[in-house]
Amino acid sequence: MDNSQLLPLLIAVPLGGAFIIPLAGRLREKAAEAIALLVGVALLVLAAAALAGPASVYRMGKWPPPFGIVIVGDSLSCLMLILIAVLSLCIIIYALGYMKRFTARPKFYSLLMLMIAGMNGVVLTGDIFNLYVFLEIAAISSYALVAFGTEDQELEAAFKYLVLSGVASSFILLGIALLYSKTGTLNMAHLAKLISAAPADRVVQFVMALFIAGFGLKAAMVPFHAWLPDAHPSAPAPISAMLSGLLIKALGVYAIIRIFNGIFSVSGTLSTILIVMGLLSMVIGVLLAVGQWDLKRLLAYHSISQMGYVVLGIGLGTPLGLAGAIFHMVNHGVFKSLLFLCSGAVERSTGTRNLKELGGLCHRMPVTCTTCSIASLSISGVPPFNGFWSKLLIIIAAVQAASTMGNVAYVIAGITIFVSFMTLVSFVKVQKYVIFGKLPEKLAAVKEAPVRMCISLVVLAVLCVGLGVFSHAALRKLVLPARDAALDKAAYVERVLPEWGSQAVTLGEQ
Amino acid sequence: MVLYVLTMVIFLAGLYAAMAKKNIMKTVIGMLIMDYAVNLMLVLIGYRRDGLPPIMTSANEPASAFVDPLPQALIVTSIVIGLAMTALMAALCVRLYQRYGTFDTLHMRKLKG
Repeated sequence: MDNSQLLPLLIAVPLGGAFIIPLAGRLREKAAEAIALLVGVALLVLAAAALAGPASVYRMGKWPPPFGIVIVGDSLSCLMLILIAVLSLCIIIYALGYMKRFTARPKFYSLLMLMIAGMNGVVLTGDIFNLYVFLEIAAISSYALVAFGTEDQELEAAFKYLVLSGVASSFILLGIALLYSKTGTLNMAHLAKLISAAPADRVVQFVMALFIAGFGLKAAMVPFHAWLPDAHPSAPAPISAMLSGLLIKALGVYAIIRIFNGIFSVSGTLSTILIVMGLLSMVIGVLLAVGQWDLKRLLAYHSISQMGYVVLGIGLGTPLGLAGAIFHMVNHGVFKSLLFLCSGAVERSTGTRNLKELGGLCHRMPVTCTTCSIASLSISGVPPFNGFWSKLLIIIAAVQAASTMGNVAYVIAGITIFVSFMTLVSFVKVQKYVIFGKLPEKLAAVKEAPVRMCISLVVLAVLCVGLGVFSHAALRKLVLPARDAALDKAAYVERVLPEWGSQAVTLGEQ
Repeated sequence: MVLYVLTMVIFLAGLYAAMAKKNIMKTVIGMLIMDYAVNLMLVLIGYRRDGLPPIMTSANEPASAFVDPLPQALIVTSIVIGLAMTALMAALCVRLYQRYGTFDTLHMRKLKG
């Protein structure tokens, strides 16, 4: 079956949900929640169907590319879609229990749907300006969600996030404008064809610099990371999970993979810049994380550090490195969402997220603590959990890069292992202060989180173990096809512009 | 060329205001200036000296007689996105002012770490 007709639904369904939910919420709050859950399930079914089918292209309004907008569902996009669908469904189920203490819940679900629609759009689109539009849809709803609690800290964090992310958006739009002036097209496949045909000149280099700054800010790479440790902890827990688990990946890392591999190519200076950014993020993120006493802030710093691994993997420029990067992106989405959801459960039950005031929760909150331990082991890279395999791939890729980079590659691999160790140290601290140790008297009456929250925790923990134990199958079935789709520029062009075939296109004719 | 350089100067002025100013209203204004500079850049890219409005009246007119219509379509989209950003920023500024009684970021220091 040709599943290209499914692809626009993946954007349309959550957009429609975002519209209907506030209306339904006026009549009944329960109706809004039911619709949100329904949209989550529908997205999962659609994404699974898209993943099962072959790669396909949908042309909006039947306009032939490069004039019209195309929606491209190849293996990389479908992998991201299924990740977004699974995590959003878990987060919606969790939010049904967690958001009870907030008012204006229909608005929350509406913004959440808008964010999902934006992320699906970013992942699916084959048009670079369209990518910017969806990126802004997802980003603007995330600013509102960070400020959702409207307390002092949340407003402050949201403003900081908004300003930095808005600057990033301006950079990206300026880059797109310059790219259009250079090539006269916005279609990514067409761009890839034109740019690989022409020698790299100053305009293309400037555009690359703008994109590195723009998407680096969205992905919270280290010179641009300042907003993340404020914005992610300030949001309500399901949104923290959404931001750390999905948003920085869909808006930042996916766009980096798609644009730098698909349109430009990762080599030379670009490769060096990505490696340096990745290493800086890994080291600085983890060193700042170790000293934190606020549970959610600690997790936020780890997001920076773990995203560093992904960007390092992309920067190595080898097929194995990219496979490790994509696998780590998926794994990080799963275990970081789980950790943030656990922190939400702890905060909801105990009323604090200061590590010094917690302790000994393993008997009072068994489900939360078990799942939290699984996620901690995953993020620290302990076998057989999923984080181990993806980190291993990245380390092997770094060692293999010694053939082209010389001894620097061993230093990179050494730093990678050191950061993994420091991650373990900081999660041992979390285990010691939250799960084990002495239960403070204040917390003697603490209860386990409600069932709906526990369901998502358990599902995500099972995913962590599953992706680890069956890592070989996951790699073969999901990650390697996605890697090939990201690397094979010619196949992407062929898929989007089949009529053009081998017809030579040069910069002159537009 | 001079026009492009001037547009970049506006862009950088906006960037400076957004990043360096302590008053959050000035930050917002800086963001708006950046937004407009990018829009102006898009207009310039589509501009063609002595170009006609992009409306075909007869089939013989060559495409090179018109200014490029695509950037103008992009600008409309970009302005709408800018509007949403501005509205949200203004709303946040109002809320922050209600909380702190000031627009000065030096007095908004509840976040730490």
